[in-house]
This record gives sequence, structure tokens and C-alpha cells, in this order.
Amino acid sequence: MTNHFIDMKNADVIVIMGSNFAENHPVGFQWVMEAVEKNNALLIHVDPRFTRTSAVAHKHVPMRSGSDIAFLGGMINHLLAGDKIDRDYVANYTNAPFIISDKYAFTEGVFSGLDAEKRSYNPESWQYEKGPDGKSKLDPTLKHPRSVFQLLKAHYSRYDIETVVKITGTRKEDLLFVYDAMASTAVPDRSGFFAYAMGWTQHSNGVQHIRTAAMIQLLLGNMGVPGGGINALRGHANVQGATDLAVLFHDLPGYLGLPAQGAHANLKEYLDKGPKAGFWVNRPAFVVSLLKAWYGDAARKENDFCFDYLPKSKGEHSFQQAFNVMAQGKIKGAVCLGQNPMGAGPNAGQMFAGLSKLDWLVSVDFFVNETAEFWKSNPTGGLGHKADSAAIKTEVFVFPAATVVEKSGSFTNSGRWIQWHEQGSKSPGDAKTDAVFTIRLGQELKKLYAGSAEKKDRPILDMTWDYGEKEGEIPARVLKEINGYAVKDVLKDGKAVVKAGEQLPSFIFMRDDGSTAGGCWIYTGVFGKENKAASRKADKPGEGIGANLGWSFAWPANRRILYNRASADLAGKPRSDRKKVIWWDAAAENPDGKKGKWVGLDVPDFGATMAPDAKPSDKGLFVGIGGMHPFIMNPEGRGRLFAAALKDGPFPEHYEPVETPVDNVLSKQKSSPVAKIYKSDKNPLGTPDKYPYVLTTYRLTEHHLAGAMTRNLPWLAELMPNLFFEISKELASELGIKPGEMCTISSARGSIKAQACVTDRLKPMTIAGKKVHEIGLPWHWGFKGIAVGDVANTLVASVGDPNVFIQESKALLCDVKKGG
Amino acid sequence: MDVSRRGFLKLAGAVSAGSALGGLSMARPIHAYAKDLPTKGAKEVPTLCPYCAVGCGQIAHVRDGKLVNLEGDPSHPISRGRLCAKGAATYEMTVNDRRLTKVLYRAPGGSDWQEKPYDWALQEVAKRFKATRDATFVEKDGGALVNRCDGIAWIGSACTDNEECYLFAKLARSAGIVFLEHQARL
Repeated sequence: MTNHFIDMKNADVIVIMGSNFAENHPVGFQWVMEAVEKNNALLIHVDPRFTRTSAVAHKHVPMRSGSDIAFLGGMINHLLAGDKIDRDYVANYTNAPFIISDKYAFTEGVFSGLDAEKRSYNPESWQYEKGPDGKSKLDPTLKHPRSVFQLLKAHYSRYDIETVVKITGTRKEDLLFVYDAMASTAVPDRSGFFAYAMGWTQHSNGVQHIRTAAMIQLLLGNMGVPGGGINALRGHANVQGATDLAVLFHDLPGYLGLPAQGAHANLKEYLDKGPKAGFWVNRPAFVVSLLKAWYGDAARKENDFCFDYLPKSKGEHSFQQAFNVMAQGKIKGAVCLGQNPMGAGPNAGQMFAGLSKLDWLVSVDFFVNETAEFWKSNPTGGLGHKADSAAIKTEVFVFPAATVVEKSGSFTNSGRWIQWHEQGSKSPGDAKTDAVFTIRLGQELKKLYAGSAEKKDRPILDMTWDYGEKEGEIPARVLKEINGYAVKDVLKDGKAVVKAGEQLPSFIFMRDDGSTAGGCWIYTGVFGKENKAASRKADKPGEGIGANLGWSFAWPANRRILYNRASADLAGKPRSDRKKVIWWDAAAENPDGKKGKWVGLDVPDFGATMAPDAKPSDKGLFVGIGGMHPFIMNPEGRGRLFAAALKDGPFPEHYEPVETPVDNVLSKQKSSPVAKIYKSDKNPLGTPDKYPYVLTTYRLTEHHLAGAMTRNLPWLAELMPNLFFEISKELASELGIKPGEMCTISSARGSIKAQACVTDRLKPMTIAGKKVHEIGLPWHWGFKGIAVGDVANTLVASVGDPNVFIQESKALLCDVKKGG
Repeated sequence: MDVSRRGFLKLAGAVSAGSALGGLSMARPIHAYAKDLPTKGAKEVPTLCPYCAVGCGQIAHVRDGKLVNLEGDPSHPISRGRLCAKGAATYEMTVNDRRLTKVLYRAPGGSDWQEKPYDWALQEVAKRFKATRDATFVEKDGGALVNRCDGIAWIGSACTDNEECYLFAKLARSAGIVFLEHQARL
């Protein structure tokens, strides 16, 4: 999230799209209702299904799954065509004035630079045009035909209202209602936000869904203000933290990026290929501090601080790719810890094929889950799970885990708040925390490799791994390492600003000379002198903008609203008294005797003493960033309406899902030319002649994801015992399906059985003149637990977004038959 | 009618006792009676909901090292004491007969589980980890030093603490693992 849950109360317009907020994040939803009840906010829910979120919204707007970019692209067109944007914000704080290379082109749904065979783009033609001085060219009037602003206008002029109606199936008056509602926030005195979840991400172009919304927020001046932003509603307690700390193939903690084979042969190359302007110029200090935290005294300047120890990636090593490669017999061992691929992974047949080929599998969990017991047949009341145990040679170890209440540690919530939980009860039997399991596994490996002379074993032997003898003290010791500390005195202008051995108060004290160690720079400050994650000084209820700066620690630097410099104008004054966050106080005194600093209701997301009229400098912490550039992580200091960094185009474009019942109304390019389609005999794709209906998956209040943490709990199993699917009255009547009847749902990958919930909550839609039916399927069930049912992921294809490789489980094709 | 708390309890007792006896008889004196709260004498420990990422506060009531109750934390600024259906059921995740308390082992081709000692299992896993790492390790690829272990995947997790995630990344990367993933892509 750019903002956070409590901040939602400050909004004037709320669009929930790609999320069933009220049912999937019920307690966070109280802040939406607070905005409605106390701030007179308008609440809109855009979703194929009518849900409890729709029930409390002022308006529910149905649309077809997979048509979101057309829906939002139409909004961009509406805002630009009607001049309903925040023009000052767009001109000053976005890259709208930048001129794009004359080689950039967009024809028939395809951007310049496509290699159709390799299914990838070369983004060379998507760059800013440079002047003779090497600097990007700008047209402040926004009139240049190749300015981002004019290209944006031209691109989205194709998304006229009639076209959008054809693609989405939404009524014209409903589209205009949503567009005008958001347009009302184009003035500085009003703000609105988008809240989304997997309804936006689980598509073959999921990243572009979120980008479209981010672009709208830039056009409306809604970034960096209370009640604004883009708010991702994350589904796991620590999915934000696990991402920050890089339990992901492509990254290192703090978004530093895993080095890649061919690109990063040594530390210098790895660092030199980083950004040359913006706050990321400090990356070398963050990288070296990470290496010092991991490899301690072994990491020295003369050996590149052990940069060689890090594995170098070769192409894609994503979750879906892992199971593809596993099924080919190339991955021999797997540790599944707090994760249940057999239920949660797309294309369950592919998951099963992968697990069956492993030599050994470790599962660490509270319960025996579907992954741990994939090798055994199990009935579910549906089609059930079938496995030939004797033929499956995978050796399986299941370790009992401690629950959250049995350990201390921190979770990072959706609003980036790092919150601490204390240990309460003791774990039963041999159940241990995941930290203890991992530390002990590391210790065993260190013993097994002890004395090895091989270079490849140095990382394991040199890895710092002493977290003490007392299990209860491990989490705090690890958090201190994540925060970072001074290895030697940290110097600034020759003076020690942090003494050797002390915790770092901020990442600005990190150095690239080996004098600091720290595991994740964006978390620095969470454990300086004290553990701020455990800080419990809440604001008085109803007070101010709800920043709650004394409660927990929000990364980075305890900032609650990202990009908050954009809430002030070029001169540093609040753009609106109603939506102010920080402002420039020219008279404020600083410790160094100089005057002027940013003050206000939040920690400034900016140089604390960088004056609004400061010229961009070629040195210091903020290279190239002037006092009027709020987006400090981008080298140009501005929010991007045109972004060359994405794999599937600098502007979001509507494509049909990989499996779709209709043609693309906008272009000849049916689905994304660069969508990832995994090749496997387990992954046939379906066509509408055999699989005529759109299927979308979703979640319920009573269950959590693949269900191990809820279907084993008697209360929740009783509340929501059986797998069902939602089907419109029209389609049910066409197929002769009665409420509660057991039916078979099939895709090209497989079949499951589920009970029919015949409902008004879904309606057939007319898409490009064709009647399209959509069914909804919750996906929490599996064959282990008290409440059992078939695995919904059996139906889902191994298809991925080209940027992040998430599967397309929000829009695929299926068939439904009564009985089974 | 006296409907103070004490009076109500008496009346409620009378009704239920009376029903059990098949009529509204007052054969025995009725006393106010309230069971001790399950939280009596328990220590209050601030913890967090383990389900979604709203980050709701919970209070665990712990007595003699055992969880006796778990409820919403009214002082938490986001959740203000509230919990959803899952959050309100969190107690049962910890106090649950179905929970694993021993290591389970399934031999290749086996048809059932066997219980095993924790330390044995951990050592056996470490041996397999090392053997697979050594067999699949790619030190150089096309002349480039890559230090990559292609043969092991580490999957998970977004349900674990930050400190644990950090340890996973540190150990996995030091072992050369590139197939390191959690639920963010699902």
C-alpha cells in the first residue's frame, strides 16, 4: 500500500475493484465504512460478482473478469478528453512533459520491439529522448506530439465508451458514474483511492492492471495525500514482509535484486548497473551492508565483500517454473515451509507431477497438509485425490511448527507497518518455530561441511549464524541484524556519527566501505536503540489523519503515506489545507545551524532539509533530485505515466485472458503477446467450443487460502464445510441445475465436483454481441482437514504475467455439467 | 420484578433448574452462580492475527504456559478490538487435537507415516540437503562463476515472521538456491 488502513478514513471517493474487501479483510474494512459514515465518502464496488462489499457500497458495477484494463483505460480517456485531471500535479510531478524516442510505436495492439517468437520485447524504443547534453528532453506545455502526455492521450483515445462497453459488458451509465466519481477527486481538496487484491493481480497482465490505476491516481493528483493512493489488500499476515525480505527468486532483501548470470560478473558490475540518479544511488551502501550482515569478517573490500558467494540467476526461477522443472526431474529436493503447493499452486496436476518426481520433500506446518500427503489417495466427497503410493518414491519429512502465539517476532501488514508479537504459550511436543528449524538446519549443514576445502562451501561456512542459545531471544537478535549496526565507527565529514557496535538509527548511515552491516535497508530504524515494532503509542481515536507514528514502525523510515512531498506545491506549501501532510518550514532550525526543514503530520518522504527550490545535485543522497521532485526513487524524480521498465509495454493495454470466449475488440492481438505460457503435458489450453464459460476463483471469510489453517479448525469447518460454486439463475436454468445440486466443473486441465449455489449475484453479460456466462469458484478446499473438498486449482492453467509470473486464475475457461 | 444482574442470574437459574425438573417448582434454594472466567489469573500477551495482512491485534491469555483464551486487542488502532470469523477462531489453531506434535516420516513408496525423533529427522534432512546440493551444484556456467544450486527448491512463506523470512533467504542464498519462493506470486 502507498497509504495504510486507518488512512482510508480520509478518502472522499473509494473504488474497490479486484477485491471483495468486506469479506476478505473485514476488520480493515471498518476504515472504509468510517470514511462513508464520517467523511461522507462515495463507495463503489466494481466486480463481476455482487458480494457483501457490493451490499454496503453506494453502487455495485458489474464487469466481466479479465476486462479491467479496458474499464480503467476508458477512465483515462474520459479524464483526458474532458480535461478532468489535476493539471499542475501532472505537469510538475509526473513524467507527462518528457519526450519519448521517435522510434517508439504502437500498432494493432503491439508495441515496438516485439520478438513474437521469443515472446518478449526489446524496450530500446521506449526510452526518453535525450538532448545533446545527455539529459532527457521535456516540453512543459505538454503539447509536443511525442510527449508522454500526448502519447497517453492518443493511446487511450481508442478506449471510447462504446468500445469499453463492448469489452467489459458494463452499462455505459455505470461506467460514466465511476469515471465521474473519480474525476471529482482531481481537485487538491478531494482525494480517492483504489483498493485491490488478487482480482487485479491474477491475470496474464496483472501488473498492468495495477499500473493503470496508479496512472489514474497520478492524473488525479491522488498520490501522496491522505485518503489517496493505491492500496493492495494482501492476503497473508506477512506476505509484505516475506517480499521485503526477498523470499523470492529474483530479489535480495530490500529490493536490491539478485545478481544475474551474464550481467553481473563482479560487485562493481552489479553496482554500476544500478540507477545513476534518485535515492537508489545509495544502493552500494545497502548491498555491502547486506553482505557484511551475511558473511561478517569474511566479507572484505579485497574480496568484493563475498559478492561471489551469491548465486547468479539464469532466467526465471519462479514458483510455476520450479514445479515445471521439478516435474522434469531436475529439482531433487524441496523444503515447503508454511506453504502448501498441492492446494495453493496453479494447475494442481502440475504440482502433483512435480512433487512425485522429488527424491525428498520437507514440509513444516501445524497440520499434515495436502503437500505433505500428496502421495496418498484420499476421498473428499468430490472426485477426491488419487495417488499410487507404491509408485511414488519421494521420501517425506514433516516437522511440527509453532503457531504465531507460541513465538515472538514481527509481521509487516499491508500498510507496511512492522508489528511485533510477543510469545504467549509454549509449543506442544516437538513443535518448534520456523526460526529454530532453519537455524538448526543451518548448524547441521555447517557441521557436515566443516573442514571442506571446496570454494563452493565457503558461503555456508562463512555465513554468520550465531543467534544465541536461548530460543526466545532469537527473533529480537535477528531483527537487530536486519536493522543493521556499525561494524566500525561510521564517519561523516571525519566525525563518528554512529559508534562501532551500535545499532543504526537510519539507512542514511549505511556505508559501502564495510563499516556497517544490515540485512534489509528499508527496515533500518525498526530496531535502533529500541524495538520500535513493539511500540504501542497509538494516536487518540479520531485524531488528525490517523498516522499513528508511535504505533509500530512503518518502512521506510516510519513513513505512513508514501510520496507525501506531493501533498505540497512547488513552493512547499500544502496544496490543500484539507489534504495536507507535510510542508516546508523555512524558519525551522536544524542541529547544524542551517534553517528550513519539512514538517507536518507524517515523516517526510523526502530529504528532511532539502528546500523546495533546491536544484538537483550530482552528489549526496539524492543525486539528480530537485526540491520539487516528490518521487525520489525514480531518477527523474517524477511519477511515471509511461514506464519502460515493464516487460509488456510502457502503457497498459487491454488483452483478452489467455483463455477467453471472445476476440479482442481493440486489436488483432487477442491475448498478451508476451504472456508466459508454461509448456508441459499437464498444461493444455481450452477453447470456448469445449469450455464455453468464464470461471473466476475467489476467497471466503471463513477460510484462508489453501485452507490448512482453517479447514482443520472445528469452528470454521462447521461454518463453511463444503466446496460450492456460484452460477447465475439463467445458466442454471439452461443447464437444468438445481440449487445445491452436485455438478462437475471441467477445464482443459482437469475436473472437480462442487455444489451449485444458484444465485442472482452473477448475471450473464453481453460481450461484443455475444452472451457470456461467468461462474465463481472459491478455492480453499483440499483433501486434508475436517472440511474437505476437491482442489479448485486443478482447473487453473500454468499461465503467468510476464513481469512477475503470477498465474491467471481470475479468468479462465470451463464447462459445467450437472451430476458427476 | 428485580432484573438486576444478580436477580437475572437467579431467575435464569430457576428457569433452567425448573425446566430440568419438569415444572416451575422451587424445591431448593437458588443461588446466583457464575463460572470463573477462563481468563482468571491468566497473563495477557499482545499478539497478532495470523491470517490476512490487515494486521489486527490480539490478546492471548496464557496460564502455566498454556493458551486459555484469545481475543481482539481493544487498544490496537487498526482493529480496535474487532476480529473476523477467522481471527476469532485463532485460538483453535493453537489448541487443536489435530496439531502435529511429532515429526512424521514417509519412506519412498511407503503407504503410511511413521513417527520419528526430531533430531534424527533434522540430521537426515541435512544429509539429503548436502547430497543434493553437491550433486546439482553449478559452480561455473559458460565460464562465468555462478555458484548456483539448481537441484533444491525452498518454498515459503508469507505466513512466517520477518525474522524467519530473513533466515530463509540467508540460508537458501548461501546454499546457492535460486528456486526460492513464497506465496507472493500466487
